[in-house]
Amino acid sequence: MTIRSSLFGAVAAALLLTAGASGARAEDAHAQPRPHRMSWSFAGPFGMYDPAQLQRGFKVFKEVCAACHSANYLYFRNLAQEGGPHFTEAQAKQVAGEYQITDGPNDAGDMFQRPGRLSDHWPAPFPNDNAARAANGGALPPDFSVLAKARSYHVGFPGFITDAFIQYQEHGVDYIHALLTGYEDAPAGVHVQPGLNYNEYFPGHQIAMPKPLSDGQVEYTDGSPQTVDQYSQDVAAFMMWVAEPHLDQRKRIGFQVMIFLIVLSGLLYFTKKKVWSNVAH
Amino acid sequence: MEGHSTYQPKGKVAQWFESRLPIVGLIHSSAIAYPVPKNLNYMWTFGAILSFMLVCQIVSGVVLAMHYVAYAPVSFARVEHIMRDVNYGWLIRYIHANGASMFFIAVYIHIFRGMYYGSYKAPREVLWILGVIIYLLMMATAFMGYVLPWGQMSFWGATVITNLFSAIPWVGNTIVQWLWGGYSVGDPTLNRFFSLHYLLPFMIAGVVGLHIWALHHVGQNNPDGVDIKSVAKDTVPFTPYATIKDTFAMVVFLIFFSWFIFYIPNYLGHSDNYIPANPLSTPAHIVPEWYFLPFYAILRSIPDKLGGVLAMFAAIAVLAFLPWLDTSKVRSAKYRPLFRQFFWVFAVVAVLLGYMGSQPAEGGALIVSRILTAYYFIHFLVILPLLGLFERPKPVPASIADAVLAKSKGGAVVVAGAAGPETK
Repeated sequence: MTIRSSLFGAVAAALLLTAGASGARAEDAHAQPRPHRMSWSFAGPFGMYDPAQLQRGFKVFKEVCAACHSANYLYFRNLAQEGGPHFTEAQAKQVAGEYQITDGPNDAGDMFQRPGRLSDHWPAPFPNDNAARAANGGALPPDFSVLAKARSYHVGFPGFITDAFIQYQEHGVDYIHALLTGYEDAPAGVHVQPGLNYNEYFPGHQIAMPKPLSDGQVEYTDGSPQTVDQYSQDVAAFMMWVAEPHLDQRKRIGFQVMIFLIVLSGLLYFTKKKVWSNVAH
Repeated sequence: MEGHSTYQPKGKVAQWFESRLPIVGLIHSSAIAYPVPKNLNYMWTFGAILSFMLVCQIVSGVVLAMHYVAYAPVSFARVEHIMRDVNYGWLIRYIHANGASMFFIAVYIHIFRGMYYGSYKAPREVLWILGVIIYLLMMATAFMGYVLPWGQMSFWGATVITNLFSAIPWVGNTIVQWLWGGYSVGDPTLNRFFSLHYLLPFMIAGVVGLHIWALHHVGQNNPDGVDIKSVAKDTVPFTPYATIKDTFAMVVFLIFFSWFIFYIPNYLGHSDNYIPANPLSTPAHIVPEWYFLPFYAILRSIPDKLGGVLAMFAAIAVLAFLPWLDTSKVRSAKYRPLFRQFFWVFAVVAVLLGYMGSQPAEGGALIVSRILTAYYFIHFLVILPLLGLFERPKPVPASIADAVLAKSKGGAVVVAGAAGPETK
């Protein structure tokens, strides 16, 4: 018994030490607050994108973000595909037609401009990264294609385990929403470098992007509030769709697969019981 | 196992074929008639689950390779092309990426089961060592696979791990440049990793063949750790008994797997790997995939680079010597009360090492890592050899049939001899 209790004592001590070590980590997290968890339509096992929200987010992206940010893996045709903003094909064609795309070379060997088609990529605002940097004070506006999956925040123990059970995957969009609403005046004593802006949620707090959104900046036609908070949620949801365009299909198929596997495992369990019923084991 | 090949071809053609290539008899003897101990629990279904995972990874990987291009400027975009534009490409890639993790979850359960029930002891030493070789090949395959999407963690993970070889005295830097195919991780590295990532799974399949061959030669261990005395009393034929049980366990495992594929496909990955590789920008914390974290913690807990690399490889190599480090004659922890507790302490230490590997190596976390690393080696090099000498095991049942009988009676074990170790 003494050996047993001393062994458990050792394990308990190790656990406490571990907790102490991770506690030390939590301190430097104070400098950068954890983003609030928003309620996203696409969270959870039955979560799906809200097409109206994606359409609003697309409007914010097109009118504000796309001036500096590219979305290189997005095609115009995606705007009309299943599980997205549900624009009609005619609407998507119209959006494409608003942009001039460089094509060619033609038979004479010249490049030429033509209106965009559904099969075209979303055109980048700058011809290359250097041009993007030059126009943005040396900072490169990141591409939007998978940005919502490329951002996250530290959850720590035990949150990172419970997230697996509650299927929480929306860390990226939480962060984007927090960042877009996190612009504020620098606290007293903090010197913000010239050309940078203070943001509560950005690592290091000094971000090159100036506050991009303000209340009333983008006109909504569906009566949704025209606030920075609403814009941020909508554009974050749109970015999630751009990053994970098949999420609706994934969750729909996932449900079917789960039902199938659960029924199959039940049948197999009883078959196994029957097969083993004549053997002591 | 002797005496279980009962296959008699009935038809003329079957007889003609069997006398020339007895492959149907081989399948019959290894998957139908093969005698399985009656008392196996569900921990013994992970062999079948692992075989399934290997096939799953090879099939999904072959399909992915049809769409992937190993060329540094385009690889990231090609993976996104698979995710967006290939029909069900997202599904195939999420199966493959999460399948690697499932493979490791299953292999860790399989390894710990072997440790708990003493499956590495005579006559299964070669079987166990083949398993350690499979594990090593799996690690190499998984590491190179993680590099292929050419994201930030791919690139920097590859940089950190290949740089380990520079710790080798005299020839270290030459070896690293030879691995890279240049002066840093770059396109040549990506190409050779893709080539090897495609090759190694087939080597794994080959060693798995040897592993199963060795298993079928010596027979399975079992929760009571006693040898099969009588095929008729102690065993059941593989089909239908093990077949149906393994299939059931596999489908339950698939439910677990599907939870990750369909609902949290990026949970086990790192968000930084959705940022294209950038040699000019180092991520704040470079962390390997979760299944390497205990070894990563061991690597970083040694202050000396060469020492850390040696400790990391020793942590894996020590497994191969387990059959001789464990001096106890009794196989199963069921009859080794002290060992059973040390086993669970070791399991907790291994998990904690994994957690430490995910934390920045500084301050308290580093001290904890060092204590845990020391314990990891003490378990193998001190505790296991001594336990066998000082521990008084409980009496072991005379046979599997006796153990099953005792269990169904819910009463005392039928004692074969006073001191367990001598009953063999």
